[in-house]
Order: sequence, then C-alpha cells, then structure tokens
Amino acid sequence: MSARLFLFGDDIDTDQLAPGQYMKGGIDELTAHCLEGVRPDFAGSVRSGDILVAGKNFGMGSSREQAAEALKKLGLAAVIARSFAGIFYRNAINLGLPVLIAPNLPDLEDGASAALDLDAGTLTLVDSGQVISLEPLPENLKALLADGGLVPHLKKRFSRERHKEHGQCA
Amino acid sequence: MTTPTTLAQKILARASGRSHVAPGEVVTCAVDLAMIHDSGGPRRVEPILQDLGVGLFDRNKVVLISDHFVPGDTDEGARILELTRAWAKERQVAFHDGEGICHVVLPEKGHLKPGMLVVGGDSHSPTGGAFGAYMFGVGATEMAGVLATGEIWLKVPQTILIEWQNRLSDGVTAKDIMLALCGKLGMDGGQYQAVEYTGEAIRALSMQERMTLSNMAAELGGQAGLIAPDETTIAFLEKAGADLGSLDWASLKTDADAPVLSHHVFDAASLVPQVAAPHSPANSGPVTDAPGTPIQVAYLGACTGAKYEDLKNAAAILKGKTVASGVELLVAPSSAQDQSRAARDGILGTLEEAGAKLLPNACGICAGYGAHRLGEDVTCISSTARNFKGRMGANSSKVWLGSPFTVAASAVTGRISDPRPFLSEGAAR
Repeated sequence: MSARLFLFGDDIDTDQLAPGQYMKGGIDELTAHCLEGVRPDFAGSVRSGDILVAGKNFGMGSSREQAAEALKKLGLAAVIARSFAGIFYRNAINLGLPVLIAPNLPDLEDGASAALDLDAGTLTLVDSGQVISLEPLPENLKALLADGGLVPHLKKRFSRERHKEHGQCA
Repeated sequence: MTTPTTLAQKILARASGRSHVAPGEVVTCAVDLAMIHDSGGPRRVEPILQDLGVGLFDRNKVVLISDHFVPGDTDEGARILELTRAWAKERQVAFHDGEGICHVVLPEKGHLKPGMLVVGGDSHSPTGGAFGAYMFGVGATEMAGVLATGEIWLKVPQTILIEWQNRLSDGVTAKDIMLALCGKLGMDGGQYQAVEYTGEAIRALSMQERMTLSNMAAELGGQAGLIAPDETTIAFLEKAGADLGSLDWASLKTDADAPVLSHHVFDAASLVPQVAAPHSPANSGPVTDAPGTPIQVAYLGACTGAKYEDLKNAAAILKGKTVASGVELLVAPSSAQDQSRAARDGILGTLEEAGAKLLPNACGICAGYGAHRLGEDVTCISSTARNFKGRMGANSSKVWLGSPFTVAASAVTGRISDPRPFLSEGAAR
C-alpha cells in the first residue's frame, strides 16, 4: 500500500508541532493546530497512513510529547528525517510512532507516493522505483515499537513478572 | 591502570551497576531522582500509572514542582493546578508549589547532588548538569515508565568537550557564551551526546551562571550539559542543605586522556555580548553587528534569564534609569527565593523604579502561557533560552535573545543595544 509524502524542512520545533497556547486543552485541539505555522492546511489534508519527511533536527525544543502524539493522532505511518532531536525521538518510539533516520535523504517531491517497509528499512518511491534506505532501529527500540510503545511494553513486562511470582508461590 | 573515562561514563557506570560503560552501549540505569512539573506531570502520568496498575517506584525519589500553569489565571490552568496539588498529597511526594521554575527550585532546595542520575519531565532538565549530575529531559510517557519502574535506558553518550579559556569581560555572561555556541555549533551540534563545559572561564563562574550553560545544552541538542563539581558547586549545595555525606566529588571529572567526540576551544576574553535574531538561538552574533531594532517588550524571565544574578545584572544597568516610552519591561523572577533575596538587596526596587512590571515566579510567556503573551507584530528582547516562531505569542511576533544586561540596556534605549557603555558610565559615576 502506498502513502503520500508530506515534506518539511530542517529544525521543525515542538512549538510548531504542539503550540504552547493550546497545551492546556486536550490532544484533539493540539492536533488540529499541528504544524499550522509552517503549513496551515497540514492537519486538514493529511490522511491515515501518510508519511512525514523532514530535514535535520526534527522535533527540537520542548519535551512535550504531544508533539509526537499529535502526529500519531493524525494517523501518520511514520516520520522520516535526516536527523531527530533526542527527546522527540524517544517520545515518538514510546508512543508507538515509527521514527526513522535517513542521513542521505535525496530531494523528494511533496505529495509523491511511496511504500514504507519497516522490517526491511526502506522507502520505495512508486513512480521512479527509487529505494531509499533507512537506518535500522536499535534492538531495544524495535522491541518497544513491536509492542506498540512503552505502555503496552511495560504491561507485558509486569504481567510476565506477576506470572513468575505466582509460579514461585505455587 | 584503569581506562581513562569521561564524567558521563563514570556517572552512567555507577547508575547501571557496572564497572565500566563504553559510548554507544545501551544500558539500563537506576534513577536517583525524578522531577516533574504541573504540565507534563500528574495530569499526564497518573492516567498511565493507573493503566499500568502500579504506584510510584519510590516516593522519596520524586519531586513535583508547579511552574507552568502558575498562577492559575485561567479556568483550565486553575483546574490543572488543583489536580497537581491533590496528586502531591495523595502520592506523598516532595512538592514545591508556586515557588519558582523547576530547574531553579530543584537545586535551590537541595535535591541535587553530584554524580546522580536524574530524569526531568522538561527539556531544560540538562540544567542539573551544572551540579555534576547526569540529568536529562523526557516526555510524559517515558516519565510514567520511570515512576513505575525506577529505571530508564540510555545509549552511553560520547562527550563533546567545550573549553572556554581565560575570563569573560565585564558585561559578558553565560548567556552570551551559549548564544555564541548556538551560532557556532548549531542547534544540533550537541548530537544528543553529553556536552561538557570546562576551562578557566567556566571555573570562574558562579553556580547560577553555570546553570545557564547547562540549561542551554538543550539548545545545542545535547542530552546532558555537564560541569565537573568543584568547591563552588559544593559550597552552593551545602548552603542549599543538600546531604552530601561522604561523597567523593573530586573524582567526578573527565580524565585528561579520556577519548572524546570533539574538543572545542574558545577565548572568553574576546567574547562580546551576543544577541540571537528571530526565530532561532542559532541566529546569533555580536550585539555590535545587530541593527538597533526597535522593541516594544523587554522580558527578563524563565529558568535561564531571571535568577538572582540575572536580576542583579539588569539592575546594574537600570539603576537611576527609566524604561523608554513605548516599551514594557516585564520581570518574572525565576524563583520566590531569588525574588526575596533581590528584594532584600534593593535590586527589585531598582527594577521597579525603572518601570519594570513584576510577574509571577513561573515559566510565563517563555512557554507561551499567561496574559502577557506577545501580540501581533510585537518585537521583544528576552533573556530566555529559545525564540522559536510563535513560542511566546502571536506567530507574527519577533523575539530576540540576549543576556539580562542586554535586555536591560535595550529596555532603556527602546532598541537592541550593547550594554557595555552603560556599565562603564556606571563605573565612572
């Protein structure tokens, strides 16, 4: 299944992703204003399964995880960037939003169709057939993403631990 | 002979229960302290803890500080503060309510110690690195995980050594160092590694000035912003009531021959006051090269820009002066403790006589909160850490960054100004 690419530049910050003035509201309100400062139509035009592609240092700034949560809420399949700010990167994985580093990202066309293969770590452009390779995720983060994020991952861990305790009691 | 290691490696080896850790290794660390605030704290972590069906890993290792929605001047803000207070009571954690901004209150109340592994629910958490603690920021879900397990994973960082030789000149501060570094290294220059500040100029700085350096490691994109503890650190912490016990703080340093990712050397003596143009701290350069852009708001606030010494520096400029007509000077002291000290020393009086308007000890407009958010097309000079588009108000507002000296001088002239002529004028009086 192919997705549409939404292109952004370098240094997209968390105040663009989750503007401070809407922080006291809920995630739905924040999501509606996600990235409106750089691309006013973004929240309205992005569809489930689409992919955001950006330059370097994506998600710099605040630790507010609503920045990643809003993108997940919009249904993005993944964010691909030349590099990510550290806290945003951790937040995205913790929320189950795939974030992939492509240091040598070629120039792409906004709105182009592409197919993402998370397991293979590739993004294939439908029109040209060009294959862009993405940096593989570290093993510990693969496990987190496979579980759907940190909360389901911890639930699994706690349930394992409880079983073990019961096992020992028996 | 043991392998030479960095300060970051030493702290993370201890926290992960190993004799040695190497850069690039993924390790699980025991968390010595977790700091949360009213925005990313209870309202966000409690639902996750409930979902997980667990409580706090250790209530004695959790500190809650309200600073984002203080003073609760909107219905929603007031509701969030109420929820925060109820949570503090129920969970029985240390709670500092309306006493100031978390990064300033945490060390001021003696919660930090050199060598600790500390997680903070805010991006400016690297501030704790000024005390030789490995402190870094995380989002709310990750914080909930920490509160549930007392653990966090880290990729052992490489160290980027930033050395400032010689001493800063009069009128030049830690904020100028950081704006210069943002310009030179860029906002991803820290590569999410450990930034460590060293050199004569750093050792000569007070703790509050060092906190500005560590705080803005966030603007460099570093995970942590470390400064090895010395006598200055220990004196501050003892005064703050930290229980240092038999801590061998002198061993907490980067060994001379430890491998580092890079080592940058700068001359502090030749640094002049810096300003960063809208909309990035990396748009920085000497104030002497900046156009004298007219301003309507001068803001002294936030965790990097309104501590006691920041207020004192601003007062040195504003003594006997008044703010230019058409300019609003807003002052939000970083903590209640710093505010009382400034009041006792006559600093607050000087600021108010010059025309400053005093705001609550909170994050305020730096984080986009409160009634004083910048309006359409307003130009502001601010002593805060970031000037992203729309962060402090309308998308059309423009924020310049500068030191408290520079903000004060600009408030007097009504345009972005070099503070040094004011200081030499003061010295001549």
